[in-house]
Amino acid sequence: MDTSIKILIVDDFATMRRILKNILKQLGFKNLVEADDGTTAWEILEGQGIDLIISDWNMPKMTGLELLKKVRANDTYKGIPFLMVTAEAQKQNVIEAVQAGVSNYVVKPFTAEAISDKLEKILR
Amino acid sequence: MDVKLVNPFIDATINVLETMAFMTVIAGEPYLKTDNVAKGDVSGILGLTGVANGTIAVTFEAKCILAVVSNMFGETMSELNNEIADAVGELTNMISGQARRELGEMGKVFKAAIPSVIIGKNHSVIHFTNGPKIAIPFNTDNGDFTIEVCFER
Repeated sequence: MDTSIKILIVDDFATMRRILKNILKQLGFKNLVEADDGTTAWEILEGQGIDLIISDWNMPKMTGLELLKKVRANDTYKGIPFLMVTAEAQKQNVIEAVQAGVSNYVVKPFTAEAISDKLEKILR
Repeated sequence: MDVKLVNPFIDATINVLETMAFMTVIAGEPYLKTDNVAKGDVSGILGLTGVANGTIAVTFEAKCILAVVSNMFGETMSELNNEIADAVGELTNMISGQARRELGEMGKVFKAAIPSVIIGKNHSVIHFTNGPKIAIPFNTDNGDFTIEVCFER
């Protein structure tokens, strides 16, 4: 995996951003930025060269699914890999995310290994 | 209240704590709670709507939640602060999410609200439905916590 890429972590809970940052740092990723909702994430996306988005689903202002759809509809950003990390894992949610173009999906609670496996698949 | 609604929350609580905080969690005997006094120092409360309306609450003793969050963050947490409150909210979310998945597979679909968190000695946990409050105590090597599940009659 190329650990020099810039990763945007989006979650309204600081706890989850912190856990994800810890895991990503353990995996060797150092270039990490974070946002606490989809709207802020979009602003960061427009201002910085983001190589991968890791996003929660349930967030105020703009949900992870809405962010994903907005990214995929934009000619500049549509190719950015998008990992959804969420407690929403009923079949309908997964189908919606896949239809919207999610690169992969991790269900909370998760292990560091689960995140690593998904990133390997996305970034190989 | 359908007791089948309670078991997924017990399973989810054990799995979330074991996966995210690497802690062994032992569930005690469920009982009917008759007052509103929290069995600990910090509570996460979350409303559910769907085939039944209700609320769940997760209440930790201070020692327990400090150990849980210390394990989650990989660094020692020593006071009940906003970081702990945020973590309790996210833990409540995760417990709700996993339980709702299990319930969904049984054909019982629920939506969850955003959790609220209360910190303080002897705070109250008030469920807004008229059903029985089922409390399940849990034990860890670092103190106890309790979940409460309450669905309308």
